Amino acid sequence: MEKFVLKYFNLIRTIIAIAIGIIISIFVIYVISKNPGFSLKSFLLGPFLSKGRLGNLIETASPIIFCGLAISIPFQAEQFNIGAEGALFIGAAIGTAFAVSTSMPMIIHIPLVLLVAGLVGAFWGFIPGILKAKWNASELVASLMLNYVAYFLGLYIINYHFRDKAAGYLVSYQLPKTAWLSQFVPGTRIHWGIVIAFVFAILVYFFLYHTTLGYEIRMTGFNLHFSRYGGINVFKVIIISQVIGGFIAGIAGMTEVMGIHRRFNWQMSPGYGWDGVVVAIIGRNHPISIIFASLFLAYLRVGGQVLNLLSDIPSEVVTVIEAIIILLITAEAFLEQWRYRITIKEAERKEVEHEPAS
Amino acid sequence: MGVILSVENIVKIYPNGVIANRGVSVEIEENTIHAIVGENGAGKTTLMKVIFGIEKAQEGKIYYKGKEIHIRNPLDAIKIGIGMVHQHLMLAPDLTVSENLVLGSEPLKGKFFLDTQKAIEITNEVSKKYGLDVPADKKIKDLPIGIKQRVEILKALFRNAELLILDEPTSVLTPQETEVLFKTLRELKKHGKTIIFISHKLKEVKKIADKVTVMRDGKVVATKDAKHLTEHDIAYLMVGREISFERIPPPKKVGVPLLTVRNLSYVNEESVEVLKNISFEVKAGEILGVAGVEGNGQTELVEILTGLREATSGKILIKGENILGLSPREIREKKVSHIPEDRMKNGVADKATLEENFIVDRYYKSPFSKGAKLDWNYIQDYSNKLIKDFNVLASSPKATVSSLSGGNIQKVVVARELSSNPMVLIADQPTRGIDVGSEELVHNLLMKARDEGSAVFLVSADLDEVLKLSTRIVVIYNGEIVARFNKVDGLTGKDLGPYMLGIKREE
Amino acid sequence: MSPLLKSIISPDFGFAILRVMTPILYPAIGVAISALAGSINIALEGIMLVSAFTGVMVSAFTGNLFLALIMGILAGVGLSALLGYFHLKLKANIILAAIALNMFASGMTIFLLYIFAHDKGTSSSLKSLVFPSYQIPVIKDIPILGRIISGHNILTYFALISVVIFYYIIYKTPLGLRIRAVGQNPDAAESVGVNVNKIKMYSLLLSGVFGALGGLYLSMGYVSWFARDMTAGRGFIAIAASALGGNLPLGTFFGSLLFGIVNALAIYLASLEVPSEFIQMIPYVATIAALAIYSIQAMSKTKRRKRISEESTT
Repeated sequence: MEKFVLKYFNLIRTIIAIAIGIIISIFVIYVISKNPGFSLKSFLLGPFLSKGRLGNLIETASPIIFCGLAISIPFQAEQFNIGAEGALFIGAAIGTAFAVSTSMPMIIHIPLVLLVAGLVGAFWGFIPGILKAKWNASELVASLMLNYVAYFLGLYIINYHFRDKAAGYLVSYQLPKTAWLSQFVPGTRIHWGIVIAFVFAILVYFFLYHTTLGYEIRMTGFNLHFSRYGGINVFKVIIISQVIGGFIAGIAGMTEVMGIHRRFNWQMSPGYGWDGVVVAIIGRNHPISIIFASLFLAYLRVGGQVLNLLSDIPSEVVTVIEAIIILLITAEAFLEQWRYRITIKEAERKEVEHEPAS
Repeated sequence: MGVILSVENIVKIYPNGVIANRGVSVEIEENTIHAIVGENGAGKTTLMKVIFGIEKAQEGKIYYKGKEIHIRNPLDAIKIGIGMVHQHLMLAPDLTVSENLVLGSEPLKGKFFLDTQKAIEITNEVSKKYGLDVPADKKIKDLPIGIKQRVEILKALFRNAELLILDEPTSVLTPQETEVLFKTLRELKKHGKTIIFISHKLKEVKKIADKVTVMRDGKVVATKDAKHLTEHDIAYLMVGREISFERIPPPKKVGVPLLTVRNLSYVNEESVEVLKNISFEVKAGEILGVAGVEGNGQTELVEILTGLREATSGKILIKGENILGLSPREIREKKVSHIPEDRMKNGVADKATLEENFIVDRYYKSPFSKGAKLDWNYIQDYSNKLIKDFNVLASSPKATVSSLSGGNIQKVVVARELSSNPMVLIADQPTRGIDVGSEELVHNLLMKARDEGSAVFLVSADLDEVLKLSTRIVVIYNGEIVARFNKVDGLTGKDLGPYMLGIKREE
Repeated sequence: MSPLLKSIISPDFGFAILRVMTPILYPAIGVAISALAGSINIALEGIMLVSAFTGVMVSAFTGNLFLALIMGILAGVGLSALLGYFHLKLKANIILAAIALNMFASGMTIFLLYIFAHDKGTSSSLKSLVFPSYQIPVIKDIPILGRIISGHNILTYFALISVVIFYYIIYKTPLGLRIRAVGQNPDAAESVGVNVNKIKMYSLLLSGVFGALGGLYLSMGYVSWFARDMTAGRGFIAIAASALGGNLPLGTFFGSLLFGIVNALAIYLASLEVPSEFIQMIPYVATIAALAIYSIQAMSKTKRRKRISEESTT
């Protein structure tokens, strides 16, 4: 039993953190709501109870999966680049500009638009990357600043050059239909973006765990000195991990525009980049876990919306629960005492069984 | 003058089982400069850590001025009157000298405010009192290391230290600065202070010490007046003993030089000449052992050879090709392998699996990968083979390195570095901190590499190891090669000691 | 163009700068103090939010301005204490924990607003108080300067005083000395008996105080209500402002001033052809440039010749 716990300790810790969060939320709802049973049902089961809601869950998860993947790659290399938010915004802005100014058959248009958005995002990741690799400048501060620069630059581009004056508010021209990601589940807004997200998750998994570059990124994250000693070009890794992250983030933004809004209509930064950080932490930077974490986060969000709509509890309770879960997960010492006790017990048990000492 | 500090029967065992002090007893007389000498691992630094409260001894008593004391942490030691100047200076670089000096015991103006003027006055007072000139209002980062060290000493004096412990103080100083330091120490003695001086540089010890304690293998070998001991006497006490092991059989065939180093020099950022005009060569089929106490430039030398640090000048040739300035990968591509000094820092990524650790130098080559795709099946089979061949005790190749014991982790490193059939093998402290069984195995593997034609460059602070394995030996002291021995048969520590400790040098 | 230029050169613009700068300067001081101790607090966004909220709630329900001030400060300090606890005791990564606490503050404030006042997102139903503004006698009559300096909210004046307080704490108190020592070399501090974790906690608590004042100003001075996420990223802008100023008092002031000028300018330029976005970008680009320059200079100092550096720091 102890052996099992030790082997999967991190997973168990994550599950316990999530469980605590859910329990707290149940408790809060129970105490606050005038109709706790109904509220709880809306929150916990709401996302599943209608096709529309389930659709919401899926469509909400899409950009979060993308951004989780985007953040996880530099994180795996121990690079604290949180610039996914900016990369997705400017990627979507320039991608929109490109989509709106060009016309070509859909089969070329869609991938090309995505590529443009991705390349812009990649550039956005490159800047903190090279500053860090060459001069050891904090990629945290640089990427944070670039988020703002991306926001203002993106707004400028859209509002001053691609603004659809016919529409009532500040939005871009509508994307030509050749650049739309179609919604393929009637009754919902689920679009091909989610499929692309899943494909990317698989690609990222394959990339990180089955390619040489992915290996270099992970080893650098594990131990930079070891990687350098072993011959890995750490300079290159620092930069490339952030470039790839930015690329994926750029695509994240664009899929949202192409699949849901069909025009660039963000006047505020959508926040998916931050969600990406959340799910990267919960999923411990592993692409498959990130999918689950994103679905879970989307589930919480939609549950919160249902709760908000149907009952007397504001959806912000979800944000609070998310925060508690992250705090518990990121506290390395959380439950560490337990792990230590089990480790000792295991070691003693091994001795009793006369296993050869090394 | 009486005894100011007396330690009785100190026993200190580290959690990994190493017995650093086995019943150490020493008396330090008041108002003397008392040197404690010994090789690496002799236990002198541990003893100082116990006295200063950084480590806790399992057994033993400490008496200060006749009274038994219990030191739980550095603060206790400071309160009693013991001060320590560490090898790596503990100063805040962006604060001034006076700010560093009064940190923790700041003079106050009113109840809440720092009296910066008073801090400067205090600094000047203490400085004047002991004749140690320091610029009170300059920032530490703008000062040369000799002055920085002086600030550290003043820090201790300011806190009324009567007993000062200096841990290898001259290892970071230029010769001129060393002279200045000695002047300082003599001044302090005039002020009634007692000084414990840890060093392995015997010339300096003879110059400055009144008494000498020699430690070896965790015990005190002798405590005598310095004037009754010659440097050779001290050296013999430190390292002289009959060898208790069997030398490995000599190589069958020694070939051409594969690693040639010519006029290699390295000056570090503190303007200290760490390596001075080093030249040597290692031939195929032999083991060249570098004997020397740690801290004489070996670490930097190995880093330069493996591309982790850039030399100031000189040439390094691998089979005739100059590799100076090449990256670690490029050097490895020339069939150079490196067993690093610090296996946890460089040798492994402890949170990664054994497989991942085995392939760091070859993952990009076929058959470990085809193009950009890693072949995990091949890697797993390969890892299993390495685990078997090198007797690594692990549950599976997918276990993480952190689950292994120290000896097994070293086996992982050795397995990786040897399995590439290197032309040149650089082994830096290859058996540090591992059990006897693993040590045997590693030694056999080094011999096997030699017999298969590699040029093995062995750097070790363990004299026995160097004597056991080496075909030829060079001794490094203070960044220079001070002795070369082409015949190792019959050599003992007694022969090498004087060179290792700076007493003798070949010309 | 010239009516715009006229309005920019006017003293009212100067007044606007000081007004806009206040909720940036407070958190910037908070970030700077924490950064000096080596544990940078990027939860100022959340700290400002909880203080803004608490101030509004307490003043609306008790009618007592002073009580609102105290409770607001306590709320901010409380969030900092949480950050300190999770980072120092439970060994959480300080960046990730701060991100979590920002989220927590954002959600909690809206949630509690609804629970206590049944307002969804804005405290429109509450009659909360504001901190008073003052015309300074004599100064107010000085031409031009008077219009710029006089008439501000008391918290704006206190913000300027806070820069001086910050200076005094850091350079003239033992705590400040220890904070700087801990941030530069924790081992050095330990070796003289300074408790590193305790000092880091103090610096976080101090940053909570200044952050709280910034939050209180927002909801009880700048405007007179609480609204969802009303800090609008000022907690993060504060990071840029203090980074631009090297985390030192005068630098932090000028960094905040730059952001204040730019934000005020953007408001004025909104009516004009000049894209305000470019103006608003300036401080962030400036911060990146400053970061790059600082790092290049630090790197060339530690290596006189090319050497592979061995540290990787964030």
